[in-house]
Amino acid sequence: MADIILEMKNITKEFPGVKALDNVNLVVERGTIHALIGENGAGKSTLMNVLSGIYPYGTYSGEIYYNGKLCKFKTLKESEAENIVIIHQELALIPLLSIGENMFLGNEIRSSAGIIDWNKTYAEAEKHMRQVGLQESPHSLIKDIGTGKQQLVEIAKAFSKNVKLLILDEPTSSLNDEDAKMLLDLLMEFKKQGLTSIIITHKLNEIIYCADKATIIRDGATITTLVKGVDEFNEDRIIKGMVGRAMGDRYPERDHNVQPEVRLEVKDWTVHHPLYPEKLVDDHISFKVHKGEIIGFSGLQGAGRTELAMSIFGRSYGTNISGELYLNGRKTRLRDPEAAIRAGLAYVTEDRKTNGLLLNESIRFNTTLPRLDKISKRGIIDQDREKIAAENMRKEMGTKTPSIEQKVGNLSGGNQQKALLGKWMFTEPDILIMDEPTRGIDVGAKYDIYCLMNQMVADGKSVIMISSEMPELLGMCDRIYVMNEGRLLAELNAKETSQEEIMGYIIRDS
Amino acid sequence: MAASTAKKGAVQNSSKGKTIDFLTKNSMTIALVAVFILFAALTNGRLLYAQNMSNLLLQNGYVLVMACGMLLCILTGGNIDLSVGSVICMVGGLAAVLVTNLGWNPYLVIPICLIAGLAIGAWQGYWIGFVRIPPFITTLAGMFIFRGIGRLVLDNKTVPMQNASFNNLFTSYINIPGLDVISTKQAPVDNPHIWSPLLIGAVVVVLILLFTIKGRISKKRNGYHLNSSVVDYGKIAVIGALIMWYSWKLSEYKGISVMLLWVLAICLIYYFITSKTVIGRYFYAVGGNEKATKLSGINTNKIYFLAYSNMGLMAGLCGLLCLARVGSVSGQTGTSFEMDAIASCFIGGASAYGGSGTVGGVVIGALLLGVLNMGMSILGFTDSWQYVVKGGVLLVAVIFDVVSKRKKS
Repeated sequence: MADIILEMKNITKEFPGVKALDNVNLVVERGTIHALIGENGAGKSTLMNVLSGIYPYGTYSGEIYYNGKLCKFKTLKESEAENIVIIHQELALIPLLSIGENMFLGNEIRSSAGIIDWNKTYAEAEKHMRQVGLQESPHSLIKDIGTGKQQLVEIAKAFSKNVKLLILDEPTSSLNDEDAKMLLDLLMEFKKQGLTSIIITHKLNEIIYCADKATIIRDGATITTLVKGVDEFNEDRIIKGMVGRAMGDRYPERDHNVQPEVRLEVKDWTVHHPLYPEKLVDDHISFKVHKGEIIGFSGLQGAGRTELAMSIFGRSYGTNISGELYLNGRKTRLRDPEAAIRAGLAYVTEDRKTNGLLLNESIRFNTTLPRLDKISKRGIIDQDREKIAAENMRKEMGTKTPSIEQKVGNLSGGNQQKALLGKWMFTEPDILIMDEPTRGIDVGAKYDIYCLMNQMVADGKSVIMISSEMPELLGMCDRIYVMNEGRLLAELNAKETSQEEIMGYIIRDS
Repeated sequence: MAASTAKKGAVQNSSKGKTIDFLTKNSMTIALVAVFILFAALTNGRLLYAQNMSNLLLQNGYVLVMACGMLLCILTGGNIDLSVGSVICMVGGLAAVLVTNLGWNPYLVIPICLIAGLAIGAWQGYWIGFVRIPPFITTLAGMFIFRGIGRLVLDNKTVPMQNASFNNLFTSYINIPGLDVISTKQAPVDNPHIWSPLLIGAVVVVLILLFTIKGRISKKRNGYHLNSSVVDYGKIAVIGALIMWYSWKLSEYKGISVMLLWVLAICLIYYFITSKTVIGRYFYAVGGNEKATKLSGINTNKIYFLAYSNMGLMAGLCGLLCLARVGSVSGQTGTSFEMDAIASCFIGGASAYGGSGTVGGVVIGALLLGVLNMGMSILGFTDSWQYVVKGGVLLVAVIFDVVSKRKKS
């Protein structure tokens, strides 16, 4: 008889007018890593919010048994008291506080007089940090450590709460491959010590790598639970469950039709950090992209790829930028994003919520913002033309929404990404720079975005793609540049290279 | 999630959802009507006297003008301008000194004063937009500096403004020969009457009707969603009735003041800027997400600069309006006027974080404050009580706004 730590029975959760969860069942065995998979909006996060008491007992129907006991969590605190800890995709850490302060935030270790015992706090913090293999001082500020380490701080924080059931929502979405693997290895290590984890992720290779079981959720209902070693447990099988159909090829076919003309060439591009001008972010980078070509930039977090793209896009990042930029063979200086847009560049940011979209505004508002001049006359907006333009863009991108007046913040991740792309396609770019264009979005939306890229190059435009997912770069690009710590390491032909070769360059360099 | 929001939208389209939606969207208009009726009843109808109705807009005209400028600042991210009251004192003082003490031509002084206001705004806008000094601090400094300069200009005296051509530009009443027959002590008339407000009011109503019909036709032609004709024409019937009623009140008391035209013109101009123009759109964009706006190729520094420059210009205009209406300027003129403008914006639904707010809302907010002030004055409440009530209304309005938005999401 399997040792069941958690059983969620017939969970149904309704939001006004929509069933987010419809009779969902989930059984988790003690000491396993259990993956929860589904497209964006399938209901994974909702289910975990029900479990952790964020949606209090009474707002859903169904039963939760934890260690065989019926649970009625009304708040997050109550579930934490049972040693269930949830780590959200967006980390809840305060940048200007130290690791130790963050770990015990809201949970401070106090002396009998009610005063915080800092010595004990930092000692405890250090203990748990070592547990997760985090070699930092507990006095370091969160802002000074990388995202990968921040993720570890969250896990150490969970350990300080004596976690028995750890829920991780997209833990690796902001990590590079190396950090992600480290994190997964860590989870497998903890599994041996008896920790149970539920991991929500889009990355199928990670599931196959670390999970013992995988429950697939689609449209608020459980589809199936696959068990490693018993069921067929591979990417194709999981994708079939997620989208309800088999997906033959994850990367759409295209004719590689690179033209000889160079569209954009960058020579000796050097960028310094905006706050610490002595720090080099990009060191004499030279690259080029032809008409009809997709090039990729591979590298770890902090390799300087985003910084390179943004500094080219109208110097929107960095100081002391030097180097030469040639557009269609002519030397050009793009002094601000406006000039870059006029020159035919578009930069689709990796961080759509902060740098890309106005979440409180409509799709229409967002779409036309970079080129209001296209739909206005003498500074006065033609609102009819604006609606037509935004509606056309929505159709072209296949954004799923009741209307272009919908607030972008109400859309799912994949549809937000499409709205963002629509905004930049509206500028009619010749060079589309896409920074992590498929991060955190589901398989179906990814495919649509790949198709769009192919359409761009079929029209003779150029695409520059920055991605941390190597299979995606290998599947989509003509050439791949490999970067590490601000330096360009290699230029590879995508057809002839492999993940191992790219990783090899990076590892040998660091 | 797209599917879920689609379904949520469908639910809101039910009749109950529609009513609730209507009520929350128009909550401040409803509050204004309620407060108006309440005070009309409490004052036994004295609030509705023609003189009071005329004064309601004239007394609050300067608040409306300031609030239009303040709205642009607030849109850029909840930023306010604390220096407005001091700028009013300084510019008003400048005008009074130049015209009364130095005998300059008022037609020359008016543009000089407006340019002075604009220059002050540009000065503050420069620090805020290009050097990124927080607006609160920049304008707090401005509040001290310009109050001080104002007093220096006035030499700490109260300076009157008695120049007729200056005052006529702001405080005279429109008088159309033939329509309006005015009885004065010097020239008493048997049958005095002022009909020009009724004529002008009727013209305005007809114009609104024509615009609506034109808009409906063009929408139909392009196949856009059309409101039901009952809603559209019902709205016009209500607005038209209000305009005609107010015109009738004005015709019972002196007629239409030039000041009223100034205020209406400013409100219309800013309504147009914020809702129809590219630059207006940018104010909302900066407040919505500055980084994303910057990466969309918009010079956000310039937008801050423009918002505060414009605020200076509006403060300058207010200085002239106040001077004309009060008839003199002292070192105390304009004290805490900025707070009325800021309160009007927030009561009118502008977001304290920027990115949302409309001129229509601001007008409602300013009128709500105005009705409260006037109603309580008629009832004999002291200033002190008026402060308490104003503060309470501001807090309640913003709480309501925040809570209703939270429920929606």
